[in-house]
Amino acid sequence: MSHSTPDPNAETGSVYDGLMEHHDVVGMGGDASQWAFGTDFEDPLAGVDTTVPDGVDPAALAAYCLMLGDDALIMSHRLSEWCSNAPDLEEDIALANAALDLLGQARLLLARAAAADPAVVPELPEASPVPAEDALAFFRDPDGFRNVRLVEVPHGDFAHVVVRLLVFSTARLAVLQRLTESRDPVLAATAAKGIKELTYHRDYAGRWFLTLARGTEESRRRLVAALEELWPLYPELLATHPVEAEVAASGVGVDPSGTAGEVDAVLDQVLAVSGVERPERGALAGVRGRTGRDGMHTEALSRLLAEMQVVARAHPEGQW
Amino acid sequence: MAPEVAPSLAWRIAAQVTDPEMPMLTLEDLGVLREVREVGDSGDEVVVTITPTYSGCPALATMRDDLVRRLGEAGYDARVEIALSPAWSSDDITERGRAALREHGLSAPGPAPAAASGPIALTLLPTRRGLHCPRCGSAEVELTSEFGATACKALYRCTACLEPFEHVKEI
Repeated sequence: MSHSTPDPNAETGSVYDGLMEHHDVVGMGGDASQWAFGTDFEDPLAGVDTTVPDGVDPAALAAYCLMLGDDALIMSHRLSEWCSNAPDLEEDIALANAALDLLGQARLLLARAAAADPAVVPELPEASPVPAEDALAFFRDPDGFRNVRLVEVPHGDFAHVVVRLLVFSTARLAVLQRLTESRDPVLAATAAKGIKELTYHRDYAGRWFLTLARGTEESRRRLVAALEELWPLYPELLATHPVEAEVAASGVGVDPSGTAGEVDAVLDQVLAVSGVERPERGALAGVRGRTGRDGMHTEALSRLLAEMQVVARAHPEGQW
Repeated sequence: MAPEVAPSLAWRIAAQVTDPEMPMLTLEDLGVLREVREVGDSGDEVVVTITPTYSGCPALATMRDDLVRRLGEAGYDARVEIALSPAWSSDDITERGRAALREHGLSAPGPAPAAASGPIALTLLPTRRGLHCPRCGSAEVELTSEFGATACKALYRCTACLEPFEHVKEI
């Protein structure tokens, strides 16, 4: 069976019309402006006042924004890898939704890092149209990333993503809820949006944790195995990095150790309802005390970034 | 927020632009159009302020392009800025917008949860909403998923007429 090549100028229009840059599309009916899809980049903080508050070190603020932004970016990427691989369509869509929310948070946070301290943005050829937040996402090497290792480790099964999302969203929700009081209005506003999204993510993961724990013997076995595997990465989310201590002292950031009681209580609540014992495994050590927040990552991050960054790096002056 | 005085021509034009994913809603009815401000002395330069619904909503770029295009057609040189605060809430959808959603087979959001003063409570039971099927009106509906085809919608199914429908989530 053969198909003729669609003629975009035909009166009937074609499936490609919506992707075209020109606006005089005919034959679509309704409002032609609906088909004026954007093709250029736009600053996600256009018109937002990004002045660094008094008494705050711009470099520390930028480093902190990279930590929160990289957590969201790498977690988003791992979640998006589930797209078309989840047990059914509903879970596929749910995980993709969570990935999209986190990608949006990452974009705002990386843009905020670049606005606070442009020195964090990798240098690109002068002709490159890549905006700052994309330069940060696609042109940093693994040791420039400041995410916790929980978000980068390779996939397991569906129980693995449920545990990872539960631990991640519980800790991040507690931090972002406090961050709404930040003296930096951009961080405060980003956090205020983020907590609404994370509340949905945490409920989703918590419900699936309970379902798998109370499901079949096999689902429970897999859930407990995933929990045991990921538990050593949990303490890193609550550990205070010197940058976090500094931004907490200057009133723009949150010291995650202050959220430990609340985060633990939520996780214990899920464990208790599910009838699952809290693992007794200790924290995964860093390398000479350095962990993800210091840019010391597992091998998995290099592989993840190689795939995520390859196209952008091959075409630093590309127009998309 | 609509200006208290008679809305300017530029506001009225911007207010007619529709959401790219829910085209039955104007940006004004969705509650994302915050301000249309004239700048300079020429009278044809305007700055439009919009706010994202969800952090990663890809419709924002299309809204921006549609605003620039519509205002451009009316002779305005428009620039679009982003307001992050206060965060958008489903409560910002107007009554007219809710009616438009229902007319098009979508279920409108109930009141958004109030901001928590302490830690946000975990909800392990499925969210209960008193919804009616937008097609047959039955209250016999069941939640399929809290996540739908766009960031702002949950999936439901009516057990009376057996049709699926989308519910715009409370946020």
